[in-house]
Amino acid sequence: MSPQTVMDGLIAGSMIGLGAIGVTLTYSILRFANFSQGDLVSWGAYFAFAVAGVLGSLFTGLTAPIGPFSFSWALPIAAVLAVALNGVLALVVDALLFGRLRDRRATIIIMVMASFGAALTLRSLLEFIFTSRPEYYSKALQIALPLGLGLRATPDQLLSLVVALTLVGAVHLMLTHTAIGRAMRAVAENPQLAGLAGVEVRRVIRVVWLIGAGLAAVAGITAGALIQIRPQMGFDLLLPLFAAAILGSIGSVPGAMIAGLIVGLSEAFAVEVIGAQWRGAVAFVILVLVLLLKPQGLFARPQ
Amino acid sequence: MNAELIAYAAFFLTMALTFAIISLGLNVQWGQTGLFNVGVAGFVAIGAYVSALLTTPDDPNRLGGLELPTVIGWLGAALAAGAVSFLTGALAIRLKADYLAIATFGVAITVQLAALNLEHVTGGPFGIGFIPRPFSGLAGNSLAFSLLNLAVVAAVVVLIYLALERLTRSPWGRVLRAIREDEAAARALGKNATRFRLQAFAIGGAIMGLAGAVQAHFIGFIAPDNYQPMLTFQVWAMLIVGGSGNNLGAILGAVLVWGIWAASAGAISALFPPDQQARAAALQIVMIGVALCAILLLRPRGVLGEERVVSRHLGQLSTAAPAAEPSPKTAEEASRAGNA
Repeated sequence: MSPQTVMDGLIAGSMIGLGAIGVTLTYSILRFANFSQGDLVSWGAYFAFAVAGVLGSLFTGLTAPIGPFSFSWALPIAAVLAVALNGVLALVVDALLFGRLRDRRATIIIMVMASFGAALTLRSLLEFIFTSRPEYYSKALQIALPLGLGLRATPDQLLSLVVALTLVGAVHLMLTHTAIGRAMRAVAENPQLAGLAGVEVRRVIRVVWLIGAGLAAVAGITAGALIQIRPQMGFDLLLPLFAAAILGSIGSVPGAMIAGLIVGLSEAFAVEVIGAQWRGAVAFVILVLVLLLKPQGLFARPQ
Repeated sequence: MNAELIAYAAFFLTMALTFAIISLGLNVQWGQTGLFNVGVAGFVAIGAYVSALLTTPDDPNRLGGLELPTVIGWLGAALAAGAVSFLTGALAIRLKADYLAIATFGVAITVQLAALNLEHVTGGPFGIGFIPRPFSGLAGNSLAFSLLNLAVVAAVVVLIYLALERLTRSPWGRVLRAIREDEAAARALGKNATRFRLQAFAIGGAIMGLAGAVQAHFIGFIAPDNYQPMLTFQVWAMLIVGGSGNNLGAILGAVLVWGIWAASAGAISALFPPDQQARAAALQIVMIGVALCAILLLRPRGVLGEERVVSRHLGQLSTAAPAAEPSPKTAEEASRAGNA
């Protein structure tokens, strides 16, 4: 593996990791595999695209690139708004669909099915609003900087890595050191008992959606800034997200990120060895191997 | 003019019935057994490609075809898709329910990738043409051609329907339901839940593969684009609308949903200018998605719903001791047993 492959894999893997945290949290706390997580990634990217477009047209001063990066101040501001909007979107979908199914005690598999329905609906809505033509936050070209040891990366790529790792750290600290984090872990262990012990389960569910959708938006915006924005982008990411969430053990935030990096590195390695057209099958191979050899994942806590 | 209309109706119905076969296969997995398959399109694609490779004339640009009779192609399709279903099930059924969903989703994506990239086997993005169509000698007479094709596909649907009804009512089918409703109780009666589930999953997958082959031979041409996740979604909508657990519902749902689909596609091509049609087609998917979620919320049993009682013996029992949850069906069977 050349050092450059490692760099590419780490960057792609950090985006997979961010999305996989959302999957692992909904899976452990709401107790179903959420097939619409990938489309939250796409919606986050498009929210930022739309907001940045509006900001850019309102304030022309916002169009100049910041320092070494390809984007202007419009994108970070839009990113913050997109995180919030994506959270609202997730709460709306929960109120319309998942919440109602929970209230009538629908089985897990009905929730999975509903999330599959929501996934295709959300994606097709994006296709309807923005068409399937790829979009870009910026047309500026960036030159990759040499980092030593044969590594090269653009400033945008380095920033995306820093942002991803910071967010994982923050979410992990929140889960382990705050009251709401303790409440979330309690609901993951046993929702009934947690409710009896005075944990407000509805609030925990809202926080799960806000974190999951927020991280999905960040993953979408970084993927959009580094590659391009397409309605299909999140759906294509879905299998890697699931593979990472299971490989990293359901419920483990650092596990999801580390597994995301593993999936990203394996994809980059496969692209180098076999060819880019097989990238999509890598996550499937990893998934099969985990289910065969260690279905509880790499970071499961002893029972 | 009239003949054209009948030929179109026959074409429409044939297409709808090929979906009915897929929907029947899914009903074995989901309706009877409660196994969630998110990769329906992948299993259908396996069937279509295997049958195409077995029956098409030799092509120097790719592996095969073997020019075997169509029937062999269809059998091969069912076997191949059944085998892949068996392997997928063996991997994931013993684990959590959602893991099977994720694994089947992975199968569909990988099959799609293989169809696109294994150009020497699948013809790549351009797919495989010249798949022998039944009665192609009659292609000049479009009415006779469409009616005969409809008859063949309808015969396949009826055969599968009868076989599945028999299976549902057999001890095997009743064990499946018992496992779905209360796994602990079924296991206490000595039933190996994983083995029964695996069998049902493989049978359902084989039927989907057969459906893919029938569809491929009806259209005469296949390409990877026919097997997008959208297909899985349509079949789900068909089964849920018709009523999962009910074989007749699976068929009815397929005709209904395919009808709505075809009508809305017609409306879109009539109402939208050509440059906006791809965009409007996305609305079609939104519509199906919203409909699927609405049915899950409002009428989870679908149009027909599931027959509560499938055993001949239970009707007699219920005259002696009325069931705790009487349904019209039990009452009807009870009176029938009383009259006998």
